[in-house]
Amino acid sequence: MVIRQVIMQFTRALFFLAVLVLIQPVFLTASEHSEHASDSTESTQIVYQEPAQDGMSMKQEIKAHIQHHLQDGHDFHLYTDTETNTHVGFPLLVILLDDGVQVFSSSRFHHGESVAESNGNFYALHHGKVYKTDAAGTFEMRDGHVHNEKPLDFSITKNVFSIMAFALMLILLFTGAARSYKKSLVPSGSAKFLEPLIIFVRDEIAIPNIGEKHYKRFMSYLLTVFFFIWLVNLFGLTPLGINVTNSISVTFALAVMTFVITQFSGKKEYWKHIFWMPGVPVPMKILLAPIELLGVFIKPFALLIRLYANITAGHIVLMSLIGLMFIFHSWIGSTLSFGLSVFISFIELLVAALQAYIFTMLTALYFGSAVAEHEDH
Amino acid sequence: MEKLIEQFSVGLFFWQTILFLVLVFILKKYAWKPILDSVSEREDTIRESLESAEKAKKELTELQSKNESLIIEAKIERDALLKEAREIKDKIVNDAKGEAKEEADKIVKAAYAAIEAQKSGAIAEMKSEMASLSISIAEKIIRKELSSDEQQKSLANELVADLKLN
Repeated sequence: MVIRQVIMQFTRALFFLAVLVLIQPVFLTASEHSEHASDSTESTQIVYQEPAQDGMSMKQEIKAHIQHHLQDGHDFHLYTDTETNTHVGFPLLVILLDDGVQVFSSSRFHHGESVAESNGNFYALHHGKVYKTDAAGTFEMRDGHVHNEKPLDFSITKNVFSIMAFALMLILLFTGAARSYKKSLVPSGSAKFLEPLIIFVRDEIAIPNIGEKHYKRFMSYLLTVFFFIWLVNLFGLTPLGINVTNSISVTFALAVMTFVITQFSGKKEYWKHIFWMPGVPVPMKILLAPIELLGVFIKPFALLIRLYANITAGHIVLMSLIGLMFIFHSWIGSTLSFGLSVFISFIELLVAALQAYIFTMLTALYFGSAVAEHEDH
Repeated sequence: MEKLIEQFSVGLFFWQTILFLVLVFILKKYAWKPILDSVSEREDTIRESLESAEKAKKELTELQSKNESLIIEAKIERDALLKEAREIKDKIVNDAKGEAKEEADKIVKAAYAAIEAQKSGAIAEMKSEMASLSISIAEKIIRKELSSDEQQKSLANELVADLKLN
């Protein structure tokens, strides 16, 4: 527990550092930003539609790049050559619930540069989101926001595609490991590496938090959550630019699942501790009930924000530091930020595992409180 | 917060939920259950093996101490048996000796008695023989006396000489 606290302190300190680093480019770009802000209200142009050569500075290009990196996309975009304005990647399926179901390839958007037509409806991209437009693709802009109609978007976006790929990877990896047990009880191959991790989840996360009696029911969920988050976090650090755990929707989905499982496995004792806290006077019981009830929702909310914020912050810091290398344009500054970005990369490797651990641990803790039978307060 | 809500995508939430649930169920069936079962089975096997090894060790030491006590007992018994045997042997030998001595004594006694009897018999016989001899001598002397004096004398000398020889 002491080590965990130290690690938490350390990540907090890093977060502070990250914020400091983040503020710097904001100050640097502040002057130019204000100029751009004024004309962006009139312009219906999309940021990365603007070619780099007409006036877009290095700083803004980096900023746009980071923003783009953190966003989900309708095509699997690897990188853009701004000089020739060519995009490297592949298109994905767009599925819209609007006037029936509209299914078409994201290549029709031409990376947000053109309007896609499907069954007489016109759609265009703005900041990675699909909006219904007219044939010319005009956006109604008010106070810097698009006020066009937004169809329900169930597209296979970059993140959905990545989740599918990760799911497939996890299935192949772990069914492969499971198969090796059929031959002999002694682990071989990938199982040799994966088994200690599985046992770690069981012995260090599930059993201490849930208890010997009930932990078996939750093992499948805990193991899947742990390995899913870890694998996804690790892939987020690769130059492929896959970011799944920094989308609020993904962490929200995970937290909702934890929430639902917790409430459904909640026993009499659990509900009693929420609505009628034992061992305190009646006025306190009445006072505690709404607080405890609020806590039921705050717990998974903290879970989703924690994972989202940690991973997003890590990505922003890392990409900002990489961006700084180009901004400094001097060998001292660039070398320094290179060293820092290497350092942060290592920290991010730690954070990737740590966040998976924390998410799983807290999930196990909530499950444990739901199935606890005799708690002494 | 506003930005977070803006970023939220129903589609991604939907897909993540569906895909994750599918992932949990597939992995549960084909990975977690077999792996966890194998691991716990192996743990049980290890525990049982260790326990049985411990038990076997205990049994072995028990057996060893039992064997030792058996050997000691056997030794004691053997010693006792030997002692008894020796005693019996001694007794038998002593008894035999005594008996033999008695028998020998008896035999010797009998022999003495027989010798004595024979001796007395012989003496008696000799006596009777001598008596008859004396009588016959006396007869002869008497007969000779009847013929001449000289002859009587010579006969008497002869007899005396004979007697001396005897």
